[in-house]
Amino acid sequence: MANKTGNKVALIGNPNSGKTTLFNLLTGLNQKTGNFPGVTVDKKSGQTRLPDGENIEVIDLPGTYSVYPKTMDEQIVQNVLLDKAHPQHPDKVIVVADAANLKRNLLLFSQIRDLGLPAILVLNMIDIAKKRKLEIDLRSLGIDLGVKVISTNSHSGEGLNELKEALTKPLLSSKRPFCEVKEFAPEVVEQVKTEFALESDYQAFQYAQQADHLSFLNEADQARIEGIKKEIGFDAITTQSSETLARYEKLSGIIDRNVKTPASAAHTPSQKIDKIVTHKVLGYLIFFGILLFIFQSVFAWAEGAMDLIENSIAAATEWVRGAMPEGVLNDLVTDGIMAGLAGVLVFIPQIAILFAFISLLEESGYMSRAVFLMDRLMRGVGLNGKSVVPLISGLACAIPAIMATRTIDSWKDRMITIFVTPFMSCSARLPVYTILIGLVVPEEQVLGIFNLQGLVLMALYLLGFVAAILSALALKFILKTKQRGYFVMELPGYKLPQWKNVLLTIYDKCRTFTVEAGKVIIAISIVLWVLASYGFGDDFNNAEENVKAQMETGYSQESYDIALNSYKLEHSMAGSFGKFIEPAIKPLGYDWKIGIALITSFAAREVFVGTMSTIYSIGAEDDDEVTIRERLRQERNPETGGPMYTQAVGFSLMVFYAFAMQCMSTLAIVYRETKGWRWPLIQMTYMTVVAYVSAFVTFQIFS
Amino acid sequence: MRTVSDLKILESGTIKGFTDHQLSLKLMEMGCIPGTEVVLELVAPLGDPLAIRVAGYHLSLRKEEAASIIIEG
Repeated sequence: MANKTGNKVALIGNPNSGKTTLFNLLTGLNQKTGNFPGVTVDKKSGQTRLPDGENIEVIDLPGTYSVYPKTMDEQIVQNVLLDKAHPQHPDKVIVVADAANLKRNLLLFSQIRDLGLPAILVLNMIDIAKKRKLEIDLRSLGIDLGVKVISTNSHSGEGLNELKEALTKPLLSSKRPFCEVKEFAPEVVEQVKTEFALESDYQAFQYAQQADHLSFLNEADQARIEGIKKEIGFDAITTQSSETLARYEKLSGIIDRNVKTPASAAHTPSQKIDKIVTHKVLGYLIFFGILLFIFQSVFAWAEGAMDLIENSIAAATEWVRGAMPEGVLNDLVTDGIMAGLAGVLVFIPQIAILFAFISLLEESGYMSRAVFLMDRLMRGVGLNGKSVVPLISGLACAIPAIMATRTIDSWKDRMITIFVTPFMSCSARLPVYTILIGLVVPEEQVLGIFNLQGLVLMALYLLGFVAAILSALALKFILKTKQRGYFVMELPGYKLPQWKNVLLTIYDKCRTFTVEAGKVIIAISIVLWVLASYGFGDDFNNAEENVKAQMETGYSQESYDIALNSYKLEHSMAGSFGKFIEPAIKPLGYDWKIGIALITSFAAREVFVGTMSTIYSIGAEDDDEVTIRERLRQERNPETGGPMYTQAVGFSLMVFYAFAMQCMSTLAIVYRETKGWRWPLIQMTYMTVVAYVSAFVTFQIFS
Repeated sequence: MRTVSDLKILESGTIKGFTDHQLSLKLMEMGCIPGTEVVLELVAPLGDPLAIRVAGYHLSLRKEEAASIIIEG
């Protein structure tokens, strides 16, 4: 059946034009975030139903100021628009413009029109334009621009129905170009147009300008275009410059004719707020105050929800354990899969809270001011102004922090931020730090006021912070990128956050994490569970007999169970690995028991506590820090006869946990955010090496 | 040769040209067209970046980027 309207519509527009709000209005929950192959940019697409009953696909392209890409992410826009064969190539384009700031917003529109794409122009945020007393003659504007113009207010939804109605009909694509780019390079344009059978001059012009970056052109075609340019002579910069100037000149004329601006431009409230928010002292106080609040909230508010999730799944697991027949399958489902599932879902409260805040900051417009304040500082250490939020959030948990790096446009800065964030001491390290500090650091006062144990804890946090900064500096020089970094950033007007957008963002992030990172986390959980529960050889297979033989007479079922678990762990594959790596970790002061814990806590740092309990045969009820600590204190080093957990060993372990990447969830999220295994594996190797070397040095120094 | 980085707070100037041609393409797309008036609005506490108003927009840019925009006078 012929589809008269075509069913793919792309939304394009400047950042801060309310494009995403419009997208949310059109698609609601019928949206998902997917992948553009080969690029790190997310593909946001959704469905909307038109008045005539047809369902169309709506694609939200990244906000951009022009078809010429500034970053690798914006490159995808060009590819989608120029490549007819691209799966996301739209049948229609909705160009969203900020009604109160038309001149610059229309640059993009004029380029879209010249590419020959059927388009409709939406003047969004019409309410703000009205407030500023701007009078826009929509009809006349539409005639001058050769396009249908609709005004919308994405906050109230006004104009939405008109937009949907317009999409049911075919859209004009003007044959007459807005800007005669042929003037700037007549021969090159003509030749490329003919050879590649293109419909519009501007398409040919773009081919000439961007040949090397257009991924859909094969090498032979790219070479051909370069050849033509060289033969005839083509200066990319001058022609682009002339084109942009010509477009603005024409747009200025059209806007002057159709938009009446009031004589005075009063100090907008935004400017007044900015004076305070970017103040030398107050600005930073406000910013750090907000950060502290976010950090505390993620820490505190999530806890209740996290406990609820863990307890619910624990209860469900027990129920399943009882409901299913005993055996391997039962264990796999309960200890493997459901435990893994718990490990995934437990992060949702933190992600939700962090992104609620980030979304609020972005929606209100404050975020760009924060970046403005922090850029100079961050740049000094090889990071970006926008790296601050991820870094601080990393103190609570690296997973949502790494997801938050999405807002950093520069690929290099983003990679560096992702890479160093896990060094910030996350909350999972706390149980480990607490036990070890309690074990080897005396409860003394230093200088009469400072608690020694507290100081050591602070020192560990500082260690993480310093490691992050140094790594960032190193990466600044190592990572090469051809892309030139620009900072030029718009400071949008302050506005009240749209709750719908915030909620949709939270929903989207949680869902993406659960589905994409979740797969990896559960897979690794199952592997680790197998390693820790199964072993080879007679010792493991005859575990029950061997343990029974070792028990004292009159043993209880409970103490038998505890001894059995400990024995099984020791002789499992994980246990064997622990013994296998013992020679490698001896220089750090560790024995095979610690070795097992290092392996299992790869799943999550807190697992260290649980594993230690099992190895040292501490029952589930006594599984608290005091008991574990006492038990560890009693442990003797077989070689020296003295305590196993000396200060040297304690510090060495603390340092190891400060640096090692012991969190499969982090690995999974880095994989997801960088769309590949290369970076997470490099990161893991790097952090493991840093951890090993540092722990080694620490042990040698203190022993 | 005066550039945007030489402006004082609330002082305005008219854009004459650019010293960095590649950067100028991006600046023009953001609204910095020769002949347009630009006003320095804010300076970050450490002197960098700057916030300017041009063609009805508020842009923030690094000092080195501002220094590439030549103004009259």
